[in-house]
Formats: sequence, C-alpha cells, structure tokens
Amino acid sequence: MSEESNIDIYRRRFMSGTATAAAGLAVAPGVMLTEVARAKPADQAVSSDIRWGMLIDTNKCNEGCNDCVTACNEEHNLEGFGRPATDAQWIRKVTLKDKQTGNIQTLPMLCQHCEHPPCVDVCPTGASFKREDGIVLVDKHICIGCRYCMMACPYKARSFVHEKLQDQMPYSPRGKGTVESCTFCVHRVDEDILPACVVACKEENHNAITFGDMNDPDSEISQQLKQHSSRQVRADLELNTGVRYRGI
Amino acid sequence: MKDIVFKEIDGGKPFYLLLGFIGFFVLAALGSAWYMEHNGHWVTGMNNQIVWGTPHVFAVFLIVAASGALNVASISSVFQKTAYKPLARLSGLLAIALLAGGLAILVLDLGRPDRLIVAMTYYNFKSIFAWNIILYIGFMAVVAIYLWMMMERKMNKFTRVAGFSAFIWRLILTTGTGSIFGFLVARQAYDTAILAPMFIIMSFAFGLAIFILVLLGIYKWSDRPLGDSILFRLKNLLGVFIGAVLYFVLTYHLTNLYITENHGVEQFILMDGGVYTKLFWIVQILLGSLLPLALLYHPSTGKSRGWIGIASLLVIIGGLAQMYVIIIGGQAYPMEMFPGKEVVSSFADGITGSYTPSLPEIILGMGGIAVALAATFVGVRVLRFLPSTLADDAVDPHYPAREAEASA
Repeated sequence: MSEESNIDIYRRRFMSGTATAAAGLAVAPGVMLTEVARAKPADQAVSSDIRWGMLIDTNKCNEGCNDCVTACNEEHNLEGFGRPATDAQWIRKVTLKDKQTGNIQTLPMLCQHCEHPPCVDVCPTGASFKREDGIVLVDKHICIGCRYCMMACPYKARSFVHEKLQDQMPYSPRGKGTVESCTFCVHRVDEDILPACVVACKEENHNAITFGDMNDPDSEISQQLKQHSSRQVRADLELNTGVRYRGI
Repeated sequence: MKDIVFKEIDGGKPFYLLLGFIGFFVLAALGSAWYMEHNGHWVTGMNNQIVWGTPHVFAVFLIVAASGALNVASISSVFQKTAYKPLARLSGLLAIALLAGGLAILVLDLGRPDRLIVAMTYYNFKSIFAWNIILYIGFMAVVAIYLWMMMERKMNKFTRVAGFSAFIWRLILTTGTGSIFGFLVARQAYDTAILAPMFIIMSFAFGLAIFILVLLGIYKWSDRPLGDSILFRLKNLLGVFIGAVLYFVLTYHLTNLYITENHGVEQFILMDGGVYTKLFWIVQILLGSLLPLALLYHPSTGKSRGWIGIASLLVIIGGLAQMYVIIIGGQAYPMEMFPGKEVVSSFADGITGSYTPSLPEIILGMGGIAVALAATFVGVRVLRFLPSTLADDAVDPHYPAREAEASA
C-alpha cells in the first residue's frame, strides 16, 4: 500500500470535513473509483510475492476507543441483533490486566491471517482457505457450517451466522449457517485501499495500526517490524501470524 | 454346541406400536432440526463461544459407541471366541444403526445441512474431519459386507477376513473421532494424543453397554431364551472396559496436572467448573463408572439381570456425561491467548463460556438414538440377525464340561 494512496484518502476524507456518517458513505465509492485505476487488473491472480500484514501498536491503542470495531461493523454491515453471544464480531477490543503487576493494556483482536492457519487445516470441504497473499477467507458457497474451524482457531476470531441477514454489502457476502471472520477488507485491499479499521484508527490520529506488505522490505510495516520488537499472539504455536503486536 | 438357528423376531401389533413410539421421536427430531435451521442457530443454546453443543454430545457418543458395538463380532471373528459367534450378527447391525443415528444428528446440526452433497464431494485431505466422513461411510460398507459374509452360507469362508477388515477399520475410525479433538491446538482441554486411544476404549465400554441392553430387551420382549453364561461373559467384559476407561481418564488428568500450563483447565474441570465439575465427579465417575463396576462384580447384583441392565444404563449415562464434559466443558474453559493476564472483551474472552442446552437440541440428540433403535428393530424383524435361542446348552461351548463339573 503506497503512502501516496493513503495521503490521497486522508485528503479526501479531510475535505469531506464534518460530513455525517451517511455523507461519508456516499463519498467512499468515489474514493474507490479513482483508486481502481491504480490497482492490479482484475484478471491478474494474487501472488505470494505479497504477504499482507498488520502491526498493532498497543501503546497507541486508546482504551476507550472503539473506532476500528465500529468501522468494521459499518463496512461489512455486521450490525447485530442485540444478542452478544451469537452476534458476529470480526474485530473486538480486548482489555488485558497483568495478574502480577496490574498493568492494563487494550488492543484489537481479529483474524490473525496465519501463514499456517489451523482453520484451513481442519476445514473438511476446503471452504476455509488462504490466498496467495496471505489473506485467510471463507468460501461461503462451500462452507457447510460444521464450525470445526471455530473449534480450531486459537484466537476466537470466527463467528457463526446464527440468523437470517438483511441488507448485505455486495462486496462482503455473508450467509446464515456459515462461518465468517475478518477478511482484511480484501475488497479494499485488492483496490489498493486500506482496510476500514486501519483508516478509522488513522482518522482518530491514533495511528495504532499499520497495514502493508510484509514481504516488501521498504514498506512501512516491514520497516517498523525491523526497527521495533513485536510479537505474535500464541507465538508458541508457530503459526506465523499476519497480525503482529507491539507492547505486549 | 448345537447348530445355531437364526430367526427374525415376530411382527404384529406390539412391534408396530413400538416402532410407532420410536418413530415419534424421529419425527420430533426432524421438527427440531427444521426449527433450528429455519430460525438459525440462535434459538439453540449454542453461540460463538460454545459452537458444538448437545447435538454433538449425542452424535459423538453414538459414533463412538457404534464402533464399540462391533466388538462382540470382532471377538468372534478375529479372536475366534466361538461363544460370541451367535451374537456377531446383532453386533454388526447395531454398529451400523448407531453410526447412522450419530451421523443423522451431526448432519442435521450443520449450519447448512442442505449442503451435505458438498461435504461429500469437496475434500480437504489435511482435515481429520474430512477423513472421518470417508471413514464413516466406509465403516458402514465394510460392516455391511461383513454381515453379508456371516449371513450368506456360501460366503462364510470369508467371514474372518471381512471381520478382520472391519476390526481394523473400526480402530482407525475411532482414532479419527478422538483425533477430531486431539488435533485441536487451540484449546487447553484438547491438543493431546491420548484422546485417540481414550476414545477407542470409551467405545468398547459404551458400545458393549448398549449391546447388553438391546440384547436383554429384545430377548425378553421376544420371549427367547437367553442363558446366563453368555450374559455373564459380556458383563464381566463390560467391567474390564469400564476400568480401562477410568485408567485413561486418570492418565489424562494426571498428565495435565503435572504440566503447569494446564493447571487452569484442570482446576476448571475437577474443582470449580460448576456443572462440568458435577457432571465429571457425580455422573461420569461415581454413577457412570464406580457404581456399575460395583454392581457388575458384586456377588449378588452381578448375577441379576435387572442389575446388569441398570449397570449398562449407568455406563451409557456416564458416557454421555463424559462426552458433555469433554466437548462442552472443553470449549467453556476460556482460551489462553494471553498467559498471565486477565482478559476482558465484548466477545466473552477470558470468561467461562455460557451454555444451556435448549429443548430442540436435546430432542435432536434423542432422535439420533431413536434412529439407531428403529434401524435395529426393523433389522431384526426383517432379517435373520438373532439366534432363536441363546440358552446355555445351545450356545456355550463349555456347557457340557460345566454341567459335568456341577453334577460331579
């Protein structure tokens, strides 16, 4: 993801100024249209030359802020039914308190887009799959809703669609009786646009989330990962996650 | 030992009444499945924390018991114990019927049961679940062929080969079922190789308990003689299997208790897991293992058909409790994503997952048992699965010797 395209988004968002959320939504397609020209052609397959990844700096993640979650819910229309136990959550804010020291941290948890995803290993039909560029997805057409991937995911990143949905986003299809999780906003990434959560965090000036190509040594995420120590959640499992954390 | 004569059981009004009664449970289960699929799974006790609920408890129990029910046939064909030969056909029939019941539940609890054909045409061969689908279907085919070899006189010479194949197949199948949990790295209660052999030994106990109950029931109901000799062999064997299950449960928990990172999950299951702790100690260990052991080996209750039946029923109830603790208790214990931290979130991180079985789930589970029983009863009605007598003098190879011993 080039820095230039990011700036472009910020400029447009800035120009929309104090527009309401509805107005913001109206602007979004416009942003996308201009960016399409710079994305890879639609008929070109994704390649393993790229490994999309995310670095989350927990020191910058604000305890009271929930913007990444809200942005995700809006982007994918995840508005629930007021039933927290069964409503889908693709990204959630987690608060950690050290049992020994009492130190408190907060961070977003989402699909970690593992290089060796347990959900993909266990899926009987191959509906859970990993793209060449490292994004882990569910093919909603062949998911039978067995939920074995939810048993297998060490990050509790997946949700089962427990009821009938309405007003779905055409770029983010979902279906009752199938399993789903964070897509790294693949529909945006393929168009060279940052995922919704990343943009929301930047808009708040928290800049806790950096997204980019971990295979490109010059990308911002690679530079940061090189300069600062970071870790994977449950690194003991050797899953080589695509989401890394600083400060935990 | 005389020639064994196999005969269908009598039909008539009582048979159809019984079948109708069982059929009612099957219909209720279908209704439950429709209700759950139509509304979505939010109407069940399941949620995003406990993704496998009561239907899975019944389904996995039946699938495990299915392979165990084949044991009696294996003892006859593979280990050449002639005393078990008259029971081999029923053993094979029960194995297929129980598996069918378990699979019916599993399929009807899918998010998309209408995509069953997808599950059978798209395979990810790294998934133990996909392997299980092949193993289940294959098991039915292998046991069906085995039954054919046993029941068709011309094919009898192949019985041993078919029996041996079915025996190996069932060992692989239950290894696969145990590995569904054993291969899960994410959760503290799973991720261990011992679950595969533990499931095998559990299958021995559950399958035999069901076999004894069905045998007692059908022979009493159809007024056929059932000798003590064969029944006491079976109940002694059941006692051995219960002891073996206890050994595996002990080893599993001792290993976890030694490993510090698993102290949390052990504390949860063994001490403060609420319903899971109660189910473990009271139902699984006390009522489901120790009490039946005492009943089966006690000099007086061990000779009573009623008590042998009750002991078998207790093993089944204990087995269901054990499945509940493994499957639902294992999910309820929060995942250790951040060791050393207290975790709070809107997605129930860091807290015990909540789960209360809903009525439709229980009815669906019972429907699976009903399917298995209906298939068994129809089987013994239309085909020659059961010997017309299992009296001692008819089937016990050592009967003349014992008789002589007694009169000497």
